[in-house]
Amino acid sequence: MKNLNYLFWAYTLIWIVLAGYLLSLSIRLKAISSQVRRLKSRLPGGDEG
Amino acid sequence: MERTERLLRGFELGLFFLVAVLMPFSLYCVFRVVPNEVTMGAVQRIFYFHVPSAWVAFLGFFVVFVSSILYLATRRLLWDVVAHSAAELGVLFCSIVLFTGPIWARPVWGTWWTWEARLTTTLVLEMVFVAYLVLRTQAENRTQAARLSAVVGIVGFLDVPIIYYSVQIWRGHHPIVFKSSGGQGLEPIMLKTFMLCMTTFTLFFLLLLAMRIRLGLLRESVSEIRQWETQSGA
Repeated sequence: MKNLNYLFWAYTLIWIVLAGYLLSLSIRLKAISSQVRRLKSRLPGGDEG
Repeated sequence: MERTERLLRGFELGLFFLVAVLMPFSLYCVFRVVPNEVTMGAVQRIFYFHVPSAWVAFLGFFVVFVSSILYLATRRLLWDVVAHSAAELGVLFCSIVLFTGPIWARPVWGTWWTWEARLTTTLVLEMVFVAYLVLRTQAENRTQAARLSAVVGIVGFLDVPIIYYSVQIWRGHHPIVFKSSGGQGLEPIMLKTFMLCMTTFTLFFLLLLAMRIRLGLLRESVSEIRQWETQSGA
């Protein structure tokens, strides 16, 4: 197939960008969720949500 | 805000399953079902992810536009969180457009980049919203960041209709995918695959947006609790 290497690099790039963002979003969400839980448990009335 | 977070989590779960099914199916259609385009060959398949990326980038900037207006009208932080989240995603998908466009252009036009109207206006849009994100980090306080970025978000979005009509206005040589009348010159199977990719990318965008808004809301909760702790001397 003609120009297959260009196609390969385009889709590789798309997946690197999307997977990287999804991963960073998941890590940030996990970190901030545990931070909120920790802070809420310190509040008077504690773990009531 | 906790109710919104719970709603977002449910929304995310539903979207995740939809995207998990549709994304592999879209890739299967792009690489196994659609035939090669006659003149461009295999490289034309970039179009199936390039155009949907552009569509969701514009959708993201439209969300910024609407949320920014709503923030300035109501001063509710929720709208600022939505605008900020959508701007981040808009920049992400616009970057994909600006990366994949030159990869397509090199074998088809014989050059990686040309200062053609649509390319230039898209690059301007990307730079405006990168500036939007940088501006937020430089503001003196939360309210100033929200107010200034809302103005930039509204003004920045005005570039989107310019990009859309740039090919007609300045007679650029960027291919026109959508025409106001007549066919698109796509084979029915190519059109179906293209619409499938558009749907998949829209759902994927909504999933990322829901996750990013939830992140923003949790950050607001953290700063509220910290503020309360400082005020009460806890």
